[in-house]
Amino acid sequence: MAGSSEHSVDLSHAMITAPVSAADWLVIAPTLVTILGGTLALMARKNTAAQPKIGMIFLSLLVIVNVGLLMRVLDHGVITMVMGNWLPPFGIAFTADALGASLSLIASIVAWCAGLYGLVTVDGTGRRYGFYPFLLLLLTGVSGAFLTGDIFNLYVWFEVLLISSYGLLVLGNDRAQLDGTVKYGILNLIGTNLFLIATGLLYGNFGTLNMADIAMKVAAMDAGGSVGPLATIAGIYLLAFAMKAAAFPVNFWLPASYHTPNIVVSAVFAGLLTKVGVYALIRIFVLILPGARDYMADVISLIAIATMITGGLGALAQAEVRRLLGYLVIVGIGAMLAGIAVGSTQGIAGSIFYAVHSIIVMTALYMAAGIMKLMGGSYQLRQLGALYGLNPYFGGLFLVLAFAVSGLPPFSGFWPKMMLVEASLVDGRGWLAFAILFSGFLSTLAVGRVWIFAFWRGGAEGTPDGATTVRLAPAPEVTSPALWLPLLLLTGLVIYIGLQPDAMVQLVQRGAEGVIDPSAYVRSVFGEH
Amino acid sequence: MRTIIFRTIAPYLTALMILFSIFVLLRGHNEPGGGFIGGLIAASALAIYGIACGVTSVRRAIRVHPMSLAAFGLLIATLAGLPSLFFKQTFMTTQFITLHAFGTEIDLMTPMLFDLGVYFVVVGAISSIALALEERESD
Amino acid sequence: METGLSVLIGLFFAVSVYLMLSRQLVRILLGIAILGNAVNLLIFTAGRLTRQVPPLIPEHLYTLVEATANPLPQALVLTAIVISFSFFAFLLVLAFRAYQELGTDDANEMRVAEPEDDPLPPQGY
Repeated sequence: MAGSSEHSVDLSHAMITAPVSAADWLVIAPTLVTILGGTLALMARKNTAAQPKIGMIFLSLLVIVNVGLLMRVLDHGVITMVMGNWLPPFGIAFTADALGASLSLIASIVAWCAGLYGLVTVDGTGRRYGFYPFLLLLLTGVSGAFLTGDIFNLYVWFEVLLISSYGLLVLGNDRAQLDGTVKYGILNLIGTNLFLIATGLLYGNFGTLNMADIAMKVAAMDAGGSVGPLATIAGIYLLAFAMKAAAFPVNFWLPASYHTPNIVVSAVFAGLLTKVGVYALIRIFVLILPGARDYMADVISLIAIATMITGGLGALAQAEVRRLLGYLVIVGIGAMLAGIAVGSTQGIAGSIFYAVHSIIVMTALYMAAGIMKLMGGSYQLRQLGALYGLNPYFGGLFLVLAFAVSGLPPFSGFWPKMMLVEASLVDGRGWLAFAILFSGFLSTLAVGRVWIFAFWRGGAEGTPDGATTVRLAPAPEVTSPALWLPLLLLTGLVIYIGLQPDAMVQLVQRGAEGVIDPSAYVRSVFGEH
Repeated sequence: MRTIIFRTIAPYLTALMILFSIFVLLRGHNEPGGGFIGGLIAASALAIYGIACGVTSVRRAIRVHPMSLAAFGLLIATLAGLPSLFFKQTFMTTQFITLHAFGTEIDLMTPMLFDLGVYFVVVGAISSIALALEERESD
Repeated sequence: METGLSVLIGLFFAVSVYLMLSRQLVRILLGIAILGNAVNLLIFTAGRLTRQVPPLIPEHLYTLVEATANPLPQALVLTAIVISFSFFAFLLVLAFRAYQELGTDDANEMRVAEPEDDPLPPQGY
């Protein structure tokens, strides 16, 4: 080490010699901030008064660095940082493009809201069990997955978010939670193992794990005209990420587990976890294996249709608000898969837009369900009632979210659905367009029924029309601003995106172009050649 | 399990094993060894102490909760990647510093700090699992 | 060599799938443990096998002098082993807790989160 200067070794073939500007550190800043915050909070686990402070400080920092990262990506295009100064593909690359950076920003906003909401719903025991550390470490995994440029590294971030999600899911330790966690845990672990299998096979074929490098090599191979073993690999990836994203035949873990934990944990999970799976599908099927995506487009389209229809029917069959919302998450996943099945710029842009919309609106809906429970004392549709009389503003707010989740104008769900329907019609997939619209109809029925029963009806089941039979005694913490501020913020975003979609449309178009034409992505990793 | 011979020997054995784990940790600098195996050895030392003298005495001996130990390890492993920010290099780039003390050269580098972090993560995580299982056995 | 290992990997996968299709949690967990090992072997084999040439650089040189065994799959496998080990430990404790609380290790009888007598949603006002 000390004597290395005596030998003449040209390190410039293996290492980066040019100085790296501090602004490039923004690429890894989200993971760093959350890992530092998470470890600090974990060390101070017994100090329940300090927990929320540490949590909120680092979550705010996370939002700030994500804003900085997105602005830099929009200014400078794709940015890359390679760990340990090694040149790619030797070093592990973190690459932020418009897709990753915007999803990472939305994820951090949702997590910030959840941290605030958790001030009320997570009690001292939950804090001692580590709600804030696990939330921060979950975000480490989520933002790492959104920003990494290395496929094995993606697997590692999946595991980081998985282990933190186990921690959040068993928080509180009651029977239903253990039941739900067993199913969630085992099936998701099998899913990540499938991911690892496909990654091993991909490595065996190309000898590299860097996404940009693989994308280049696959493009060269596709030009030679052989789909070859790639179809198998893509099939395993499809199964693995379909499990993660909760697509139709492999999604029964979601309604079995998402309603069991603390409501704020459900909110975070419904917002973030499945979308990471969808993100990985877009990244791998569109950026890395476009040939295999064309080959499997019909299969993905069938899966998307089945996911949307079964999700919608499942939502109609539920008597419990949280389980109903779980099925609505699945409907959204189907719509995102529809965009991937189409594969045009508009389709992918629609998928990304829908992912952003779904992250915001599903988290907001679960948060609203938490407030409904505090006001009405139950999650059961048969027992809820008279909430409109108690707080008409809340009734209006829930109606906004209900419209948004079913894709009715003028809220955020309308625009991505329109893009997806148009893209599938242009691609000649009429059934896909029909399924998107029909599942929207089913969702409208499901959430509309929640509104009618929980808000409009005067009391529990059996109350005649126009009469009010119950006097609700809301829990005292329902007036806490920490409950309402995150919900209002997210609903505000839903309305804002619905009324002013232009900026968002441009952003997702840019994200979609960035994955469909990987040249900018590859150039950012390997430099100008 | 708690024979008198075992209970007498266990504290010495534990001390010896922890010393050896630190040796393995530092040896990993240039030769086979390192934080992971070192941590495993230290965790098994704590587990042996737990079997011999009870879980409560282990918890008293290490003062902090094992999970906090793991978190501390993760923290310093992450911090080990940060110094390169000040040298205009990328995250996790190795930084060297050579100290002259007691008449010899001592090479210090950031991967060692990282390895120390790994050591604590492994000690914390493994011993928290081991202690939890041992606790369950006794009741 | 690769062919032999491929057969072995296939065997591992078959055993793990068989075990995972079982209803007992313990068997499912054993299946997952075997699945993890199958995946590790697969990655190891995917990196091509080279015998008796360790990837070591002689002391006076800075590059490899001959084609050696590929060290990267071993690093990947090591990572995967550590991860799957910790997950297995967690799931084992979780399954034990679930067995204690729910009184069963049969996946079909675990209906606490989704009770069988769950009411239908209200059909009308």
